[in-house]
Amino acid sequence: MEVTGSIDKRWLRALVLLFVALITGLAFASGATPAHADDIGGQYDFQFSGNVRNNDAPLEGVLISVSGGGYSAEVKTDANGHWKIGVPSKDTYTITLDESTLPKGIIVVKGGNTIQAEFGLTNNKSVNFFLGAGVRETTSFLDQFIQRSFTGLSFGLLLALAALGLSLIFGTTGLNNFAHAEMVTFGALATLTLAVDLAWPLWLALIAAILLSGAFGFVLDAGLWAPLRRRGVGLVPMMIVSIGLSLALRYLYQYLYGGSTRQLPGADGKDLKFGAISLSPLDLLSMGISILAVLGVAFFLLRTRLGKATRAVSDNPSLAAASGIDVDRVIRIVWVIGGALAGLSGILFAFYRPGVSWDMGFQILLLIFAAVTLGGLGTAFGAVIGSLIVGFFIEISTLWIPSDMKYVGALVILILVLLVRPQGILGRKERIG
Amino acid sequence: MVDFWQIIQNAAVEIISPTTAAYALAALGLAIHFGFTGLINFGQAGFMAIGAYGYGISTLTFHFPVWGAVLVGVGGSIVFALILGIPTLRLRADYLAIVTIAASEILRLVFTTNTLDFVTGSADGLSGYKGGFAALNPIPKGTYGFGPFTMNEYDLWLRIVAWVIVAIAILLAWQLMRSPWGRVIKGIREDEDAVRALGKNVYFYKMQSLILGGVFGTIAGMIFILPRAIVPANYATTLTFFIYTILLLGGAATIFGPVAGSIIFWVVLSAVSGFIARAQAAGWFDFIGMSSVQAGQSRFIIVGIVLMLLVIFRPQGIFGNKKELAFVK
Amino acid sequence: MSSDAKPTRGAPVKSINLHVGEIEPGVAKVDAIIVADNVTRTFGGLTAVDVAHVEIPRNAITALIGPNGAGKTTFFNLLTGFDKPDTGTWTFLGKSLAGIPSFKVARLGQVRTFQLTKALSLLTVLDNMKLGAKGQKGENMFAALLPWLWRKQEEEIEAKAIVLLEKFKLDTKSEDFAASLSGGQRKLLEMARALMSDPTLVMLDEPMAGVNPALTQSLLDHILDLKTQGMTVLFVEHDMQMVRHIADWVIVMAEGKIVAEGPPDAVMANPAVIDAYLGSHHDQDLGEDDPETIHAMKELLDADDES
Repeated sequence: MEVTGSIDKRWLRALVLLFVALITGLAFASGATPAHADDIGGQYDFQFSGNVRNNDAPLEGVLISVSGGGYSAEVKTDANGHWKIGVPSKDTYTITLDESTLPKGIIVVKGGNTIQAEFGLTNNKSVNFFLGAGVRETTSFLDQFIQRSFTGLSFGLLLALAALGLSLIFGTTGLNNFAHAEMVTFGALATLTLAVDLAWPLWLALIAAILLSGAFGFVLDAGLWAPLRRRGVGLVPMMIVSIGLSLALRYLYQYLYGGSTRQLPGADGKDLKFGAISLSPLDLLSMGISILAVLGVAFFLLRTRLGKATRAVSDNPSLAAASGIDVDRVIRIVWVIGGALAGLSGILFAFYRPGVSWDMGFQILLLIFAAVTLGGLGTAFGAVIGSLIVGFFIEISTLWIPSDMKYVGALVILILVLLVRPQGILGRKERIG
Repeated sequence: MVDFWQIIQNAAVEIISPTTAAYALAALGLAIHFGFTGLINFGQAGFMAIGAYGYGISTLTFHFPVWGAVLVGVGGSIVFALILGIPTLRLRADYLAIVTIAASEILRLVFTTNTLDFVTGSADGLSGYKGGFAALNPIPKGTYGFGPFTMNEYDLWLRIVAWVIVAIAILLAWQLMRSPWGRVIKGIREDEDAVRALGKNVYFYKMQSLILGGVFGTIAGMIFILPRAIVPANYATTLTFFIYTILLLGGAATIFGPVAGSIIFWVVLSAVSGFIARAQAAGWFDFIGMSSVQAGQSRFIIVGIVLMLLVIFRPQGIFGNKKELAFVK
Repeated sequence: MSSDAKPTRGAPVKSINLHVGEIEPGVAKVDAIIVADNVTRTFGGLTAVDVAHVEIPRNAITALIGPNGAGKTTFFNLLTGFDKPDTGTWTFLGKSLAGIPSFKVARLGQVRTFQLTKALSLLTVLDNMKLGAKGQKGENMFAALLPWLWRKQEEEIEAKAIVLLEKFKLDTKSEDFAASLSGGQRKLLEMARALMSDPTLVMLDEPMAGVNPALTQSLLDHILDLKTQGMTVLFVEHDMQMVRHIADWVIVMAEGKIVAEGPPDAVMANPAVIDAYLGSHHDQDLGEDDPETIHAMKELLDADDES
């Protein structure tokens, strides 16, 4: 029954690689010839539909995609050039005609291949593109690559904020906090309530939401985690408590805010062109804020007395306590910082998606964990690097794999990295004994 | 007025429902991982998905017979366990947690993607695979049972098969855990270095445990889809966490705990959500402005809170013994 | 057993003339069970172990001493396969052990205990003991389902375990969880469990740490008894009285290197050893802290004081 360690490890590793190759291969192979119905999302009440014709000749097999409010779907036109897509809510959606699927020599001549559409009084809306003869301007692979890189950087940076908080909390308390997702959602929901429901000015709502998020971190620690630490509850039970908390909070949000996606003010900014890259001022602002926040945390950890104490507690809590550091106070502050960072990350994510929904944090929880693990559990700067890699990889991978599989790539990378370098990129090797 | 008799009847149906059996079996698999070996598997939903899709795809796309479809699912879960275990079982326990949860999400996304619609049915899932199982039914057509337990021949056949499988799994787990193999497994939960120092190949034992519990989860996934269709959204991480709640309810390192936990979980959940829905309709919750949609959502909030309270105040579960408090440190 | 109980035997019989030639660090032994060469292990930039050459004499009791952070436990971990060295080779009974995983090292007859006792708390004392036995048929998952294959062997193992438990005066506790034992009893249990595998070499990492004085004598007797049964003992210890009392040979480590070795009286008379490695550091017990961490933490706090 016994198999020698080195041999089984080798062939099993080969097995893993084979499996990953298989998945990727599948995605690639089928990505080339996607199987689509001409009618999708029939279960929803709201329907977009249209006919794709060139001089009254119907065009078959043209790819149409709809996205908005965190929802996306795509269909191909049928033999009559007809298509129909159902969507979950009565919001504004972006509808795109993939010009590469048009016959040669035919392009969208007027209005561009992207249309912003919203429903009128009815639940149906027809969307048509104006086609004609012409030469298509294609975005070169390099330009797409650069564009995606920037989007990825922006996403990676907002992930980094959440990951930093998670990593600091893990470092100082050893807790894998699954409820971190709900701390992310909290920031976005707080902004929504203040800026939309109470109609505060956006800048004031944002500041207040970040402060509230910090306070939320404080309350969670003071009300739940600190008492559990005092009871001497182990790390695994604490992790399961955080899972219960995550479930309870997430559905409480759904209970209070409902299941729909709502927009924050200012989410529909115009894009600016920088050569090949088109970015909205909001993207730039979001990246700027993220970078400032990351630098702020770095300054805190490296230069302030409290930050040094935080690192000392991360390294060795008992030794830190023995050298006169108030460990409980450090942990309390880490929760406040972690909460504020998560809240900020949630706000930026609400603009990035765009939209605020009750489970938005949960949608990226695994990516945050992947980033923290990739960088090295408990290393703050590893979390930032891990987040950038995850964000970048997710966006770049959509150049090759279907966009509804983009999270798969990041998670596969996580598993592959653990295979080669289990301690993560910046992590230290564990010492046994 | 609130019809309490109806609520009780609806709840009683859950005692023998195939869904309860499926969750019990999945929780028993998790008991082997978490309660006995100390492996934190957060991917039990993934193992169940492999059972569901392994069975469904082999039947619909490849026209396998029932036994062939079952073998495909079981084989798939063994490969999945190997892939999860190889990189992580030598590392600290939390790595397995992160990798298993990531892998089960990968599976769900792969099963959901439009790209693979022709085999997986993407977001709409699969149905129409029950013929082979129904054809094996020796029970003549008719209506069986009494009161709330009235059912047709398919439902009766399904319940018998589901609970016989659960009984066999319990016997297997019980015999294993009282054998020297079980002693090594429990030793690993307590301190794997100590077991290593006694000359046992800890990695190998952890892998066996991961595979065994995973196969239990996979078979549970097959039972789970026989009364319903395969829908990828069912295999989100929330499913895994429900199974953890069931496991901790019954007692993590007990053999009968998962079954008792599953029955209690489904009966109480049905009763509570039935009560909230009817009470809301009767206007009892108007003072907090609860809508009927909110009444439906409140049960998940309750599950979350119960999970927290269980872990904090009764970590050994309802049936676990405080002294042998079966909890991984 | 009370603390003033007389030892059951007279002064222990010391093994002498273990070495060949001049006594110096790395001296050759007449009959060596372990021979290690150029074993190094670094953590970050810090060298934890740097042993050029050492031999452990067979059928004798050897003590490994030195101040905290000297690399004793790390060296133990390397020899038993619980940690991997950066460089080096070592043999056990002439068989090279470099790169061999810990569980195989144990199967070869070289078993160890841990500084922080690893009793398996939620297993009964008897189950702890049974786990120690080698070559159990019922530990195969498929055989486990067929109890008639292993029931007889299980009975033999149980009988052996009960004999050992009686010897270690734990027989009355056999059905209790190991968690209910006192610290000293756990040390005894760990040692008894190691003996279930009939080892050739027993490696004890601080067997006396945290043990109630009432149990000390009993532990010492058990260690001496191992030698009379033909086993070899290598142990890490702080308590000089104990080392002097039972060890046949003493090896002194400091800063990862072997700095002195010899019979106990000779080593302890060496003033350099006393001053540098035993006297000045003896009270600074920081437990198991990673030396690198301590170093980093000191730096952090020093920097704080300046700012």
